[in-house]
Amino acid sequence: MFYLRIKKSILQTLNAFKRSIFILFSVLLLISLFITAVPKDFYSKVFTGNYAIDSLIGSIFGSIAVGNPLNSYIIGGELLDKGISLVAVTAFILSWVTVGVVQLPAEFVMLGKKFAISRNLFSFLTAIIVAILTTVTLSFI
Amino acid sequence: MIKKLLLKISGYQKFFILVLFIYLFLAIVNYPLFIDSLISFFELIKKILPILLIVFLLIFISNLILDSKRIVKFLGREAGFKGYLFSVIFGIISTGPIYMWYPLLADIKEKGVRDSFIVTFLYNRAVKIPILPMMIYYFGVKFVIVLTIYMIIFSILNGIAVEKSLTYKK
Repeated sequence: MFYLRIKKSILQTLNAFKRSIFILFSVLLLISLFITAVPKDFYSKVFTGNYAIDSLIGSIFGSIAVGNPLNSYIIGGELLDKGISLVAVTAFILSWVTVGVVQLPAEFVMLGKKFAISRNLFSFLTAIIVAILTTVTLSFI
Repeated sequence: MIKKLLLKISGYQKFFILVLFIYLFLAIVNYPLFIDSLISFFELIKKILPILLIVFLLIFISNLILDSKRIVKFLGREAGFKGYLFSVIFGIISTGPIYMWYPLLADIKEKGVRDSFIVTFLYNRAVKIPILPMMIYYFGVKFVIVLTIYMIIFSILNGIAVEKSLTYKK
């Protein structure tokens, strides 16, 4: 009985592997291309100095950017040094992790198109809201 | 012939072939970028391989010990606040890139796990304990505490909002 359950679990895992391996490799190839093609100092050039527009730009570029969250902190730290507002930087580092435009095709296939669009859209919006709330809260502490 | 072949292959494979064509095009127009991207790809593979193994091991274990009924009990329609709590904790302690978790999430989604819990799990992947010291170094303790609290609260709100939007669309 237990042997049968193990066999069934192995088959189910192999099916999950077969379903996901092509999509994972595709996303990894796209991410590698993106990381290599976009230099880190690119992000500092896209901000305008306007508080509101910059938070939107921060969220947009954080959504498109991919890679280790550590890189987002390093880039965010550099942006702060260059005088970019904390709201914009916070929106940038938040959407870096919560929104994934490059991996969207993988999310479409694995979790469903409607789910992926809705999740990424709400994560994009909340990145801006959380960035504003964090900055406002910090100004009172 | 090509039409027949295209009908035989799945959507995932078509996407993979499309990406291979992008790389082929890149090799023709910008060979150094092609090579650097490939090196970056193999470095990524090396880095994520242990996590990928853990994910598939977890899929195996969950298939072995958890049946749909049990998963639905903890993370299904009736799970309520406990479900959110589990999703927040699992999201924070899970490691590796977000897309590594898609296969496992797709698997448990099929078994009846609520969309809102999956969204909450994915949002909390932004809260990573091992790299918090680095965040503190760049942005300060106060910033990290405030941001983390808001992220956890909004992960749940996000989960509820996404689920509502999906139900509304249905």
